[in-house]
Amino acid sequence: MAPPAPAATVAKARPEKASLLSHSLAKPILALAALLVLDIVFIPGFLSLEIKDGHLYGPLIDILNRAAPLMLAALGMTLVIATRGIDISVGAVVALSGTVAAMLIGGTMVINNGQPEYVANTPMPVALAAALGIAILCGAWNGVLVAGLKLQPIVATLILMVAGRGLAQLFTDGQIVTVYYEPFFFLGSGYLLGLPFSLWVVAAVLLVVGLLLKKTALGLFIQSVGINPVAARLAGIRTATLIFFTYVFCSLCAGMAGLMISSNIKSADANNAGMLLELDAILAVTLGGTSLAGGKFSLVGSMIGALIIQTLTWTIYSLGVPPEVNMVVKAIVVFIVCLSQSTGFQKLWKGRK
Amino acid sequence: MNTAVMTNNGAGRVDPSITSAPWFTSLVTVILLAVLLGAGGAAYEGFLSGQVMLNLLIDNAHLLVIAVGMGYVILAGGIDLSVGSVLALTTMIAAWLLNAGWNPLAVIAIVLAFGAVFGAFQGALIHYFQLQPFIVTLAGMFLARGLCYLISIESITIEDPLFVAASQTQIPFIGGFISPSAAIALIVLAIAIWASRRTAFGRGVYAIGGNEQSALMMGLDVARTKIGVYAFSGFCAALGGVLFAFYMLSGYGQHAQGTELDAIAAVVIGGTLLTGGYGYVAGALSGVLVLGTIQTLIAFDGTLSSWWTKIVIGGLLFLFCVVQRLLSVRSQQS
Repeated sequence: MAPPAPAATVAKARPEKASLLSHSLAKPILALAALLVLDIVFIPGFLSLEIKDGHLYGPLIDILNRAAPLMLAALGMTLVIATRGIDISVGAVVALSGTVAAMLIGGTMVINNGQPEYVANTPMPVALAAALGIAILCGAWNGVLVAGLKLQPIVATLILMVAGRGLAQLFTDGQIVTVYYEPFFFLGSGYLLGLPFSLWVVAAVLLVVGLLLKKTALGLFIQSVGINPVAARLAGIRTATLIFFTYVFCSLCAGMAGLMISSNIKSADANNAGMLLELDAILAVTLGGTSLAGGKFSLVGSMIGALIIQTLTWTIYSLGVPPEVNMVVKAIVVFIVCLSQSTGFQKLWKGRK
Repeated sequence: MNTAVMTNNGAGRVDPSITSAPWFTSLVTVILLAVLLGAGGAAYEGFLSGQVMLNLLIDNAHLLVIAVGMGYVILAGGIDLSVGSVLALTTMIAAWLLNAGWNPLAVIAIVLAFGAVFGAFQGALIHYFQLQPFIVTLAGMFLARGLCYLISIESITIEDPLFVAASQTQIPFIGGFISPSAAIALIVLAIAIWASRRTAFGRGVYAIGGNEQSALMMGLDVARTKIGVYAFSGFCAALGGVLFAFYMLSGYGQHAQGTELDAIAAVVIGGTLLTGGYGYVAGALSGVLVLGTIQTLIAFDGTLSSWWTKIVIGGLLFLFCVVQRLLSVRSQQS
């Protein structure tokens, strides 16, 4: 994904060999593959796919569909982390955008020719635009604090993390807002050409961002800001603007994830929607091989990371293990991944051998 | 760096501008607290009564203890996101052991030791493997919450006589009473303030927060101090759990969700710089009191809903971060 030339500092820590195993995506892919093998062995019918009403159904599709919001959040988070930042307000933005969309759409029942019909309070495009607009505003707020005021990213986004959910609760009076409007449900549970619509959204965003990063100098710029912000600025990169836009993009992704989640559960829950999603997104990004120290990043890796997390969750549920174990497993995975990234641990490991 | 040195000396050095003096942000917090209390007293009858003020301490004793630990971590330039879930886990372990018939004093000793070991483990990972404190303690947060649910997903009631007595005892205190928990919290605060200013450990914390590299070159035992700081934070989280168990008389995996953020907010509002090395441990008290006063104001008002607390805390965090930022820019220029 990323051009290899400026990654010299990273390469020192992890010598690049011309083998497949040393590819940066090798570890995440192997982890995902191991999980899938576990599922194939222990869960009967894991690979089964069937076509109902022209839609594909099956555990694999289910995992992909459920992973979609996390994949979106992880996409945005990847770019923020690539610039040495972090955005812990993702969950709050999910709650805000879902709440705004659900409240604007609402839906009332109208009896038309004796047929009950649900009508949106506000036209759906307007509602969606308003929800994404709020998300962009949140991102701009974070961006101004980080890039303009130069606050530490974790503190800057902590403010929105605390206050954002409070705002969402204020809008809804702490109630769960239910939506009764058929077209809105398409976002989270609709199908297009046999596949879940949410997957198409993720694919489209991934494609656009991927092309933007690869075909323009943007990817290189983001990487250089992550590796050395001062040098990047001296080299003439408008670092502040760049950082500002990564936060806006991250919030926009979170906003889309919020729409998907609220559409999927047909309601908006300001108290719980997107709770701890930022942590899952950060975990997905780390699992995908992106360094938390900035600079080295992989969009595809983050997608695989998100899939690992969702598959893990799905597996835990399907194996009949109590869902409570999920958090413990996640924590252990984070510890292992972090350790495997640390140079100190690598030295220790090699010293033992 | 300059400011870090000055903090150690108190206000020993004369600075050209008052606003960049180390005590200035603390002064702002105290003024803010006075304004909040004044506004409450003007708006609501009985708001300024002694017992309402003491209730601020009683209701926030666990938060104060956690904020003290968090204050040390932040002064050392780190962050600890696991404290809220360690608190929940200790209430859970305590309730579980008590129901199994263990001696309450032994239970308290066990959970406190557990908290310290949990913190030291995180600190060791952070120090020896140069992992980011944020990500390690995040994993610690998942781990501790997950372990809670492994013990039970239900709330466990505590009926131990010692715990019940601790929750009901009233200690007379200037014109009213405080709970044993509040007294313990104040004692912890006093010890922490003393240690931060009068012991080698305390000075080491400031030095590491100011510049870890320099601290190492000066020959300070960075490893011991850093791991000690996280162990202390874990200990405080566990003690916060014991106090919380006194308060709620139950162990529950969902206790104190988001307390880590409240503690960070209290420390920041108390005037400690999140970059480390600058601030006072005592700031934790003023920060916690500001948060508690906001909650009391909302409770007295009766028409405002609890989510206003979050919005106001967010606003205050913003205000303090910006003020700190502007002050540090100015002191760099001067």
